Formats: sequence, structure tokens, C-alpha cells
Amino acid sequence: MADMVLDAKGLNCPLPILKAKKALKDLPPGGTLEVLTTDPGSVVDFAAFCRTTGNEIVEQSQDGNVYRYVIKHTA
Amino acid sequence: MDTQEKDDLAANAKSMSIIVTKGSLDWAYPPFILGTTAAAMGVDVTMFFTFYGLPLLLKEINPQVTALGNAAMKMPMMGMHIGMPNIMGMIPGADAAATVMMKNLIKKKGVASIEELRDAAVESDIKLVACQMTMDLFEYKLEDMIPGITIGGAATYMENALKADINLFI
Repeated sequence: MADMVLDAKGLNCPLPILKAKKALKDLPPGGTLEVLTTDPGSVVDFAAFCRTTGNEIVEQSQDGNVYRYVIKHTA
Repeated sequence: MDTQEKDDLAANAKSMSIIVTKGSLDWAYPPFILGTTAAAMGVDVTMFFTFYGLPLLLKEINPQVTALGNAAMKMPMMGMHIGMPNIMGMIPGADAAATVMMKNLIKKKGVASIEELRDAAVESDIKLVACQMTMDLFEYKLEDMIPGITIGGAATYMENALKADINLFI
């Protein structure tokens, strides 16, 4: 279970990333954020965001048209 | 933003400048999308607003879209993509109708409004610089603009751009 959940379903680029960044700021280092999106572009974008910022995607799954990421706040 | 976070940003040391020269609804998106996303990725962002981009810093904004000069502009309508030939921009009310259509699409597709992205830019400490010459030329006053912006000219831009990793002109 992630420490915080961000429902970004229905939002388009770049809102899921902007909201995720905002949520990560409120998490202590090591905390986890679960993000739900429906934006198919979020798959490559969350990977790029995490590679660049140093945060870590620890879990990733897809259920129908909903994408789910669990991001560990490491940076 | 706390001090620790500011230090982290400084440590990352990547920076980007964007010159924003256009203020129509469609042209306002790329600089704000890239600026806010870069800031979210730890990049130190400065946006310079000049010429028709300057009004995007006004307290009240209502960006419009026009078919004029957008030769490849097409809108999804009735399951197809309808072209918006330049001549449509000449018809009274056509631009207003295109703006309403675009704003409806933006809302329907969960795309952020320009106001939302601008708020995000302010919140993420993007430096917003208004071009002094344009303020003078088009008779805008600092008090008409959102708070927190600074005024600068070409030399201010150059000093920033020479140190930046990415410089965009939009």
C-alpha cells in the first residue's frame, strides 16, 4: 500500500506529471506515491520523469485503460 | 519551496530559458507546458515574455485562437477533421467560434487551461520576465500584470541564456 494516492485519471499531459511532482514534495524521502492515470502518454513520460529526477518507479501495472505507477520518493 | 529543495535545484544545475513571443491560445501552450514540466523535473526555468506573448502575464487573460496564418489548422468535428482555411479568419465571429470549440475540446480532453499552467509556473518558482520595451510599446503597466514578475531587456535575457542548458524561442 502506497503512502499517498494521486488520482490523475482523465487528465492530459502535462498535468499528471505536475500533480505527481507536487504530491512527491509532501512525501518524506522513502515514501511512496501511487498515481492513477488514463493518459497513454504517461507510460513513457513517468519513466522519463523518474529517470531525470532520480525518483524510482517500484511498481507499474495496467488495468483496462487505467495506468498505475508506484513511485518511491528518493529525490 | 523550502531551503533544502532550493539547494537540490541548485545542485542539479540544469537550466532552461524560453522566449515567449506569441499569445494566442494555441501558441501559449508549448512554452507553459515545457516550462512547468521542466520545473517539475528540477530544471531552473526562466520565461521571457515579449511582443504578443507579453499579454499572457496580464492579470486577466483570455487567449483566442485564429485560423489566420494557421494553414494546417484542423478541428475534429462530426467524426472527421475539418480544415480551417485562412479565409475563415476573415468571417466575423469565426475566430470566436473556433476559440469556443478549442476551449470545449481542452476541457473535454482533460487538458490544462493556460491559467492553470500559469499558476503552476508561478507555484514552481519559474522566473517570469516581462520585456520592458514591449511594455512601453504596447502601453502595459506593471500593475496590470500578475505579481512576482520581473522586468528585463535583451541584455537580461542574454545573461540568462548564455548560462542556460536549453534556450527555446516560441
